[in-house]
Amino acid sequence: MDSRLPPDLRDGVRDTLPLLLGIVPFALVAGVAGVEAGLTPLQTVGLSVVVFAGASQLAAIDLLGRDAALVTVVLTVVVINLRMVMYSASIAPYFRRLSARVRAGCAYVLTDQAYALALARYTSDRDRDSDTRRPYYYLGVALTLWIVWQAGTVVGVVFGAAVPDDWRLGFAVPLVFLALLVPAVSDAPSLAAAVVAAVVATVGAGLPFNAGLIAGALVGVVAGVGADRVGVGRDGGDGGGGGDPDPAEGHR
Amino acid sequence: MTTTYGPLSIWAVIVAGGVATFAIRLSFIHLFGRIDEVPPWIQRALVYVPAAVFAALVAPDFAPAAATIEAVVRPEVVGGLAAVLAAWYTEDVLWTVGAGMAGLHLARFLL
Repeated sequence: MDSRLPPDLRDGVRDTLPLLLGIVPFALVAGVAGVEAGLTPLQTVGLSVVVFAGASQLAAIDLLGRDAALVTVVLTVVVINLRMVMYSASIAPYFRRLSARVRAGCAYVLTDQAYALALARYTSDRDRDSDTRRPYYYLGVALTLWIVWQAGTVVGVVFGAAVPDDWRLGFAVPLVFLALLVPAVSDAPSLAAAVVAAVVATVGAGLPFNAGLIAGALVGVVAGVGADRVGVGRDGGDGGGGGDPDPAEGHR
Repeated sequence: MTTTYGPLSIWAVIVAGGVATFAIRLSFIHLFGRIDEVPPWIQRALVYVPAAVFAALVAPDFAPAAATIEAVVRPEVVGGLAAVLAAWYTEDVLWTVGAGMAGLHLARFLL
């Protein structure tokens, strides 16, 4: 590592390395699944570059492979990535002194992990007094993830094209969704959200425009909020407020 | 299951999804100083988005086509169950996908 780089940048890169164990297989699946679903290598890599959000990319690939309505595909991508509104709001104060162009660049590489690591650093004692610091640490994390994500996608595309269909590598897509779903179901309201969403999506599986998926997601969220309101499975109660979602969700 | 969409449609999805995702990421970073807070009701709803969306995405893949033993015990279902168990114990993408693929192929070999 070049010692002329800002130390914060190097810290960011170093702190990201342990996370790559979870990111690399995810990126490989994003590449493999793209070509399995009939996207060209360029389209698959383009998806990784342009969208750069793993769970939503897999959902888009999955739905395109099933010839879902294009509107449904885009809508699903948006719904999955809505969580980033919270990250954007939470990290915004630390970027406020930057130029509009640099802020836009920082926004483009905002991910679950970059948010989680950068916020932990910026709110730690060391950095408490300087919320105006240049975003080197954040960029060290975010750019490392970006490079590894693109490289992993490319390797996945090459690998996916070379492997015989009988290996059924496309099955990795629902498996990744399960890997994201299980940690997301952490309490009674989130279980209610998942069960209701699953039932509605399955019952509505034959609807045009894949409306069952959208309806399932919406009704599921309503069920989760409702269960939370009623206080299902809660003994103390935290007075609402939502709490932070697990930042590791959705990308691990 | 390969797509029948042409390149124009696929690129349209990629660009639209990318622009929308970038807008989400930029939202409060850009607006800071004018709007600083996500309304609490939105925060509460967002907590349950992952559980609902991922469940809605996978459920039809594993739902049995009929109420018979053959329809329920399919290689995909065996693989899915193996993956859920692995996800539960490891919370790790690599182990989950590995267990699921192993379960699928083992079941294809045996069933």
